[in-house]
Amino acid sequence: MRKIYTATKVKTIAKEQSIKLSEKAIAKTAEAHNFLTDFADFFLFLAQTFREIFSLDFEFKEFLRQSFLIGYKSLPLISVTGFIMGLVLTIQARPSLVHFGAVSLLPGMVAVSLIREMGPVITALICAGKIGSGMGAELGSMKVTEQIDAMEVSSTNPMKFLVVTRVLAATVMIPLLVLYADTIGLLGSWAGTNIKGQVTFVLFCSQAFSHLEFIDLMPAIIKTFFFGAVIGLVGCYKGYTAGRGTESVGIAANSAVVLSSLLVIIVDLIAVQITDLL
Amino acid sequence: MIPVQKKAATSPGHPVIEIHNLRKGFGMQEVLKNVSLQLFEGENLAVMGKSGSGKSVLIKCIVRLFSPDSGNINVLGKEINTLNDEELGELRKKIGFLFQSGALYDSMTVRQNLEFPLKRIKKGLSQKEINEKIHEALENVGLSDALNKMPSQLSGGMRKRISLARTIVVDPMIILYDEPTTGLDPATSDEISSLINAVQKKYKTSSLIITHDIECARNTANRLIMLHDGEVYKEGTLADYEGSSDTLIRSFFK
Repeated sequence: MRKIYTATKVKTIAKEQSIKLSEKAIAKTAEAHNFLTDFADFFLFLAQTFREIFSLDFEFKEFLRQSFLIGYKSLPLISVTGFIMGLVLTIQARPSLVHFGAVSLLPGMVAVSLIREMGPVITALICAGKIGSGMGAELGSMKVTEQIDAMEVSSTNPMKFLVVTRVLAATVMIPLLVLYADTIGLLGSWAGTNIKGQVTFVLFCSQAFSHLEFIDLMPAIIKTFFFGAVIGLVGCYKGYTAGRGTESVGIAANSAVVLSSLLVIIVDLIAVQITDLL
Repeated sequence: MIPVQKKAATSPGHPVIEIHNLRKGFGMQEVLKNVSLQLFEGENLAVMGKSGSGKSVLIKCIVRLFSPDSGNINVLGKEINTLNDEELGELRKKIGFLFQSGALYDSMTVRQNLEFPLKRIKKGLSQKEINEKIHEALENVGLSDALNKMPSQLSGGMRKRISLARTIVVDPMIILYDEPTTGLDPATSDEISSLINAVQKKYKTSSLIITHDIECARNTANRLIMLHDGEVYKEGTLADYEGSSDTLIRSFFK
């Protein structure tokens, strides 16, 4: 049976619907406002970091300590993942190349794939998880326990001591970690090649490097500096701007990983486009 | 360790901190509405109030960790809000701050925690002089054997005492204490209160103590100020408070 609404009832329903719509619109506007505010805050943080990088009294000892923590302490993880990366790539690519009778191209193909793309991106993503989350958690914890405030009132610039040192250490060490991962990856690839074949190490290297050109190497190395900078900046930003309470430390660490991983992919996309134009 | 000291009766010297009509809010919430007070040279001034009355915000405005919305804060003759970064840094070297949680640097040993501000504030000291100052500060708080420990290896009371050592190692003129006895048992709280008095006597500091611990205020303060609803509710000596018939004050001084 069709319901017959009085004019009053229709007005009431329309009012309720418009209130719901208004509340949704307000919520969405607030979300958009928060997103834009966070975006602006990040760029302010970026500008402040750059200002401190080029100011006097660089904290060199702390920079060296952070470089050691980021570089040396990541070697075991990068060794394992680099080796597996090369091994898996070789095992997966071999059947297709055998099908086309081009198995001799396998070392070259793996080398180009590893050095141009797989090595930098996968290593950077792993570093985003390990180093980015570590920075976010450490600085977030320092923020929550007022250690950053304590540094500030003892006439130490916390941006210079905590952020600049970490960002520069990540910018310098991640390219080195990528080079190391590529090397270990090639070792893994050689091991993979020898599972179903027999290739000497010298022959493997000769075949691998014969297909590498300057255009493979330089853009890949240059983009890793940007990966390092992004991971350092995002990790430090999320930790430095963590809210109050221990929950915010977890949020800082988690969001540092997510955002820096996303930005690594975006930077890689831009780098690939630029390389394509060259 | 510095011998246990009761608070000394002081006659007020000149003001080292002067706050006039301070206002500070966060978003829609106004925390400090109209706060005016003075800290005189050589005295311990306790600022009391219920949780959320703006005590910690007040103390952080004094060192410009928060920027006031309006009002004047004059510290050692300098208007805090008009200082540039370099001038603010120089002024902060004369102010010690004991944070509520201690705020020891987790990644550094006790020695490194004390060395950190000392090397930055007292530049030009030789390593021998640095070692002597660190040793003296730790002796004063009774923790000489904690030198190579990490903060995670210390109890809450020990962390507070190391934080106090880190504060006094740089010879500040003013010390700001943010809830120095919060989270501590009564015996340790008494120890901290005695240390505050001992530091005042030995180092001739002027101190502003934020607390809601009545016993700490009783044991340390020469004068008390009560904040309520973002404003100064009452100012006076301990006797003025204990003799008051005001309901809010009675609720504190049961």
